[in-house]
Amino acid sequence: MMQVLFYYMAAVTVVSSVLTVTLKQPVYNVLALLTMFFHVAGLYVLLNAEFLAVVQIIVYAGAILVLYLFVLMLLNLRSDARHMHRQWPFAVLILGSVAAMLVGAFAGGGFGGEIGQYSTAYIDSLGGDTQAIGLTLYTDYLLPFEVASLVLLVAMVGAIVLTKKGLVDDQVED
Amino acid sequence: MTTDFIPSNYLPVLIFFMIAAAFGFVTIIMGKLVRPQNPYREKALPYECGAPPISDARQPFPMRYYIIAMLFVLFDIEAVFMYPWAVVFNDIGIYGLVEMGLFILVLVVGYVYAWGKGALEWD
Repeated sequence: MMQVLFYYMAAVTVVSSVLTVTLKQPVYNVLALLTMFFHVAGLYVLLNAEFLAVVQIIVYAGAILVLYLFVLMLLNLRSDARHMHRQWPFAVLILGSVAAMLVGAFAGGGFGGEIGQYSTAYIDSLGGDTQAIGLTLYTDYLLPFEVASLVLLVAMVGAIVLTKKGLVDDQVED
Repeated sequence: MTTDFIPSNYLPVLIFFMIAAAFGFVTIIMGKLVRPQNPYREKALPYECGAPPISDARQPFPMRYYIIAMLFVLFDIEAVFMYPWAVVFNDIGIYGLVEMGLFILVLVVGYVYAWGKGALEWD
């Protein structure tokens, strides 16, 4: 059952990510991307990363996809524009060889190395993976957490500075 | 893939998605099988429920949509950080409260900046 679900999620993820770059209508590309995000969230659930799965849906499928849609409408792309760059065979070649290399590496027995402290049983004893993330993030990884707030601040200021001209122009037009 | 974990809590979610997908397919296919199909030109016209399109629907959108979406992404991520904080709040106590206070303080600076620059104004 788990294997069947894993292969379903993995197959749909691969197919929809290929469709994301090959479909001609820009809105269809975004919908294929949405399908991919949901199935990656399904993969996270299968890997006992429920918090990550929910974040995947809230942030990627909820917020970032909206951003993509607005960028798409901002750019006003035409569906009849040439949608494949003329160098795409090179991209397929390079990515295909990287993918073959990864498959070859993982076919030999996965990641290897020692198994860490966070086994399934240990995470269950903490009460779930959200608790495990919280306990680690807000004690051991305090500095990266606070740096994350600065990164968000920079992104916020950057977006406003870059679009300020657009905001002013819109106000003049109105 | 090592599968010593079985997400049995998610079985209802899986059943829910399967029923939702099946409902969509079944209603469309049933409708196609049951309904009479006799289209003619007058029936295909959008009378009383719309107007014929006069131009392309792909109009460039104003920049404001983009900036609102961008701010939404950022505050959405801020909210995501609060979920694991809230579930372990009793374990980390006042220490956690102070660090989340710092986190929110930095983002409030951004919020005040966005507000001051008029990025939240619509007109």
